[in-house]
Amino acid sequence: MKLFKNILNSVKPHFEAGGKLEKLYPAYDAFETFLFVPDHTTHKGTHIKDAIDLKRTMAFVVLAMLPCILFGMWNIGDQYYNAINVEATFFENLIFGFWKFLPLLIVSYAVGLTVEFTFAISRGHSVNEGYLVSGMLIPLIMPVDVPLWMLAVSVVFAVVIGKEVFGGTGMNILNPALTARAFLFFAYPSYMSGDKVWVHGASVDGYSGETILGALAANTQNWNSLLWNATDAFYGFIPGSVGETSFIAILLGAAILIFSGIGSWRIILFTFLGGYLTALLFNLWGVNALMSTPAHIHLIIGGFAFGAVFMATDPVTATQTNQGKIIYGLLVGFFAIVIRVFNPAYPEGMMLAILFMNVFAPLIDHYIIESNIKKRLSRTKIATS
Amino acid sequence: MGKNSLFSKKNKSLLTDPLDDNNPVTVQVLGICSALAITVQLKPAVVMALSVIFVMCVANVVVSLMRKFIPSRIRIIVQLVVIASLVIIVDEVLKAYVYDVSKELSVFVGLIITNCIIMGRLEAFALANSPWESFLDGLGNAFGYGWILIAVAFFRELLGAGTLYGYPVLEKLGVYELGYENNGMMILPPMALVTVGVIIWIQRMRNQKLIETN
Repeated sequence: MKLFKNILNSVKPHFEAGGKLEKLYPAYDAFETFLFVPDHTTHKGTHIKDAIDLKRTMAFVVLAMLPCILFGMWNIGDQYYNAINVEATFFENLIFGFWKFLPLLIVSYAVGLTVEFTFAISRGHSVNEGYLVSGMLIPLIMPVDVPLWMLAVSVVFAVVIGKEVFGGTGMNILNPALTARAFLFFAYPSYMSGDKVWVHGASVDGYSGETILGALAANTQNWNSLLWNATDAFYGFIPGSVGETSFIAILLGAAILIFSGIGSWRIILFTFLGGYLTALLFNLWGVNALMSTPAHIHLIIGGFAFGAVFMATDPVTATQTNQGKIIYGLLVGFFAIVIRVFNPAYPEGMMLAILFMNVFAPLIDHYIIESNIKKRLSRTKIATS
Repeated sequence: MGKNSLFSKKNKSLLTDPLDDNNPVTVQVLGICSALAITVQLKPAVVMALSVIFVMCVANVVVSLMRKFIPSRIRIIVQLVVIASLVIIVDEVLKAYVYDVSKELSVFVGLIITNCIIMGRLEAFALANSPWESFLDGLGNAFGYGWILIAVAFFRELLGAGTLYGYPVLEKLGVYELGYENNGMMILPPMALVTVGVIIWIQRMRNQKLIETN
């Protein structure tokens, strides 16, 4: 580490005011603060201090995603070798998945960080760490076979239109990772749905790489007649986007997020509750395969759990008040199931439900704060009268 | 016209201001609905732009000529009658000569009547200025509206369908063989909004005086 510090210190004068590369200071700053604790001190006034800053928050989220990443890589391999009917060991699966996942990750980070650095330098801001999490989330919610240039285009769209035009990290209305996925979903639907994209090698004859949701939305078979059962979906031995298949890996991530205090347990809990109650309600109706799927199954298939744990809890785009988080969570779950059962063209309702509620989050907060103010004002009136 | 010559500095700015500094779409944010609805392809956008140029110029001149006789209490109705008559003419001409485009534009030809840019120029300019100045103002604003429409349609048709004015440009260039795919999102209305937004962004980057100081 000493070596890095020496290198950084020796080039520092070029980047400071008056130096040759003054304009690139945000880029230098980003590297320095990424590697070392910054030596900036506050100069005036009292500041609230906490051991946890943006960088450590983001690092914890990435840590919480690790189970999903590892399982996702293994599952890519497992699904592939199943599709071509070849026996494979645990490590063969993992290594195959690693080489499939790595390009997605590299493209996501390289393109996203290039855009972030460009904007930071042109605006003279410091580079924010927000993209560290988005850049990891994006490959996890993509099908394994998505063409890399499409991934790059959607990352550029998500970072520029979803985030930078609003002012960068912390100012965005929509979750950037989901914006990327939604863009890809609407721009290149044939690469984001159907039965060929979720498993590498699914074009082999006689093999269907449909996701559970895709199969159910087609309405030709119901949950009980499917190839997979609840145990498969719980552990994640099913086709789907890279990181979303394993419920147990997502639960591990949720535990890390909740115990470190980074993800809101209210949002996670009430999203599941909202989804469960809505699905229960539709069970009574039950006119198509998705409506009659048992309520608890709805929570473990598709991207519901992944969205509830890693996307809905995004501290920037979710509601900020505690009551707001309850309403927000319930509605995310509600809309996810409603979109699932009513619109066979969009079997994955979670993405749209979260984006939709992202838009309403500030409104929910506004009314909760207003009502709180009103309540407290009415108390003073009683006291004075 | 009196003391002003036909192309005095003031008259010229009537024509050029709406193209950039005071663009009806990107600065005043008027006429957005038609900019979203008919910019999927270039052809309808061009036809729409031409129709609006015709309606706007003639309406401005007619209302300007009548400005001294219109009782101010019923001026909106008079303006509407003028615009509506002109739109009916445009509609009939389109049906007679470019039926397919007319069908594609469908209700949006009729909706030129409610295009806020036209009503706005009649109300704010033609009622108080001479016919020649009103003509220039109408021409400038209609062009300001039209070029944005055509620019948006250019990108939406090129990226969304890979064609320009119906001609398969990208196919001829052979980019599909490289693995390129048309972007289906460009055909959906939200991307028209984003495209207009990006044009506004570029315009403000170039033209710093448009940036509010609050």
